[in-house]
Amino acid sequence: MMAAATSELQEIRRRAAESFETRGYPTKRDEEWKYTSVSAIAKAQFPAEAPSLTGNSLRTALEQHPGLIEEHLGRYASSEENAFVALNTAHFEDGAFLHVPRNTVVEEPVWIDYTAVPDRTTHPRNLIVVGANSQVRIVERYRGSGRYFTNAVTEIVAGENSVVEHVKLEEESAQSFHVATIQVHQARNSNFKSHNISFGGLLVRNDVNAVLSTGCEGTLNGLYLATGKQHIDNHTALDHAAPHAASHELYKGILDGISTGVFNGKIYVRKDAQKTDAKQTNKNLVLSPGATINTKPELQILADDVRCTHGATVGQLDEEALFYLRARGIGEIEARDLLIYAFARDVIERIGIPEIREYLEKALFERLVFSRQSSGGAL
Amino acid sequence: MSKTPILEIKDLHATAGGKEILRGINLTVYPGEVHAIMGPNGSGKSTLAQVIAGRDLYGVTSGEVLYEGDDLLTLAPEERAQRGIFLAFQYPVEIPGVSNLYFLKAALNAIRKRKGEPEVDAMDFLSLVRRKMALMEMEESLLNRAVNAGFSGGEKKRNEIFQMAVLEPRLAVLDETDSGLDIDALKIVSNGVNTLRGPDRAIVVVTHYQRLLNHIVPDYVHVLAQGRIVKSGGKSLALELEESGYAGIEELAEAVR
Repeated sequence: MMAAATSELQEIRRRAAESFETRGYPTKRDEEWKYTSVSAIAKAQFPAEAPSLTGNSLRTALEQHPGLIEEHLGRYASSEENAFVALNTAHFEDGAFLHVPRNTVVEEPVWIDYTAVPDRTTHPRNLIVVGANSQVRIVERYRGSGRYFTNAVTEIVAGENSVVEHVKLEEESAQSFHVATIQVHQARNSNFKSHNISFGGLLVRNDVNAVLSTGCEGTLNGLYLATGKQHIDNHTALDHAAPHAASHELYKGILDGISTGVFNGKIYVRKDAQKTDAKQTNKNLVLSPGATINTKPELQILADDVRCTHGATVGQLDEEALFYLRARGIGEIEARDLLIYAFARDVIERIGIPEIREYLEKALFERLVFSRQSSGGAL
Repeated sequence: MSKTPILEIKDLHATAGGKEILRGINLTVYPGEVHAIMGPNGSGKSTLAQVIAGRDLYGVTSGEVLYEGDDLLTLAPEERAQRGIFLAFQYPVEIPGVSNLYFLKAALNAIRKRKGEPEVDAMDFLSLVRRKMALMEMEESLLNRAVNAGFSGGEKKRNEIFQMAVLEPRLAVLDETDSGLDIDALKIVSNGVNTLRGPDRAIVVVTHYQRLLNHIVPDYVHVLAQGRIVKSGGKSLALELEESGYAGIEELAEAVR
């Protein structure tokens, strides 16, 4: 527990602890966790420890300007709706804090980098507050070694007319558990983009939720690559709370081995959110007969003058395309890699940070080669 | 003749989905020659083209295909391409996310590697590609677009011949490259093909229509019906067919059964 926590924050944390104690870990009977069992996390019982990170410390910031943090921390991510948020809120020891004052353009991307150690639970807690008319790009990365449990929560406040781009790189170890919630509050006319990239982890669950005010633009993109016994679950929610907001969502998954993937995309259009324009797409490439994906759009539309579209596809590599490449002299393995790569690049090239794009293209290629060498699969 | 044929097909039988499509094809193509294979829909023209390129949808049940004297049927599609076989697809495939430029460079380098040549120099490649694009009257912006994605039917066909012009195959098989082309595009495509003609290369043109053969003048014309070549002749045979249509050919095919 943090020494400098103010009383109001203490109260939020106390209620979160209470909420978790009452409800415990979710089970598959819980609709939100229908395809994801977290019993392995509950059983592991790794002792908790403060996270190791590079970036501005939330703990330090809380001592220096408690008022600013108190105004936002724990106000967006809901402990009542998500047991892991409750767990994090009750037990976090540190995380990253970023405050961009009004009318400020941050040129260089801001990095938040976590490295987990074996046999520990960490609850990284990040707070990003972007002032009106400001612009910033953030990269949040999770890595580690051995077996461990990372339970992260990131709250992002995009101020009025701000432009915020957020990349989450989940590159956890092959044996790890990773649960993360990104909760975004978008003030009027703000533009927020999320790129949620999941490469590692044995059991991964991401919740990415954004609440859009009038005139906002919200983009939720994602890419998940699963092989072996990996399980990657992405739940997203776009809450159109006010009129004239647009949202775009593209999630793509590549599943190999006996991995499982879950995509659940909620779009709420509240009663007065007229002129909403929402588009959701989920595409999956299933490379092996043992891999599965559960994909489900959930649209709840209460306004009548809106445009909402959604589509989901599950398919294998295009045999026609494969033959076309081979008929031009490109070897079968290279042709397969090229098609998988092209499928994923669609998401990667939407990222507005060139060095991240390059990094991901390289990482993706390495994963293709590594997986083929280690398991005989293409991923 | 003492020359080795580029392509030699002997009593080739092939099936698709349990149905026999090719029922004893014989065809010999020497360097420098242009052969046209004509025939009604469903006669097996496209199957023949795809079998030569190595499409595994079709099962060869008997017969053989030799390329430069070697057994072609045991080679993977990429090995055939690397050795100089090029199929211009009837329906070129769209490949989102892979740029034309990257694709073409990978293809060219695969062929060069097989010949023991180093990878093509970036500047040399670009100038080669620009030259061939000018030949095909294509816009350079197409290079950075994904392979065939969002191309019109005509653009796709032109792109096939452009690829052929860059890869300079020894044996080109054009599968209904003329279908759906307007006359201007037809002339450009034909010009691209004619540029490739040479004493060391061979071209097999598969077409439903005689029109293309006004522009790509063949040395030999073969008529395919019900999975067999039922008639062969010089370029005048194509004109005869244009006059009489394929009706008489079907009767001929029935007669030789």
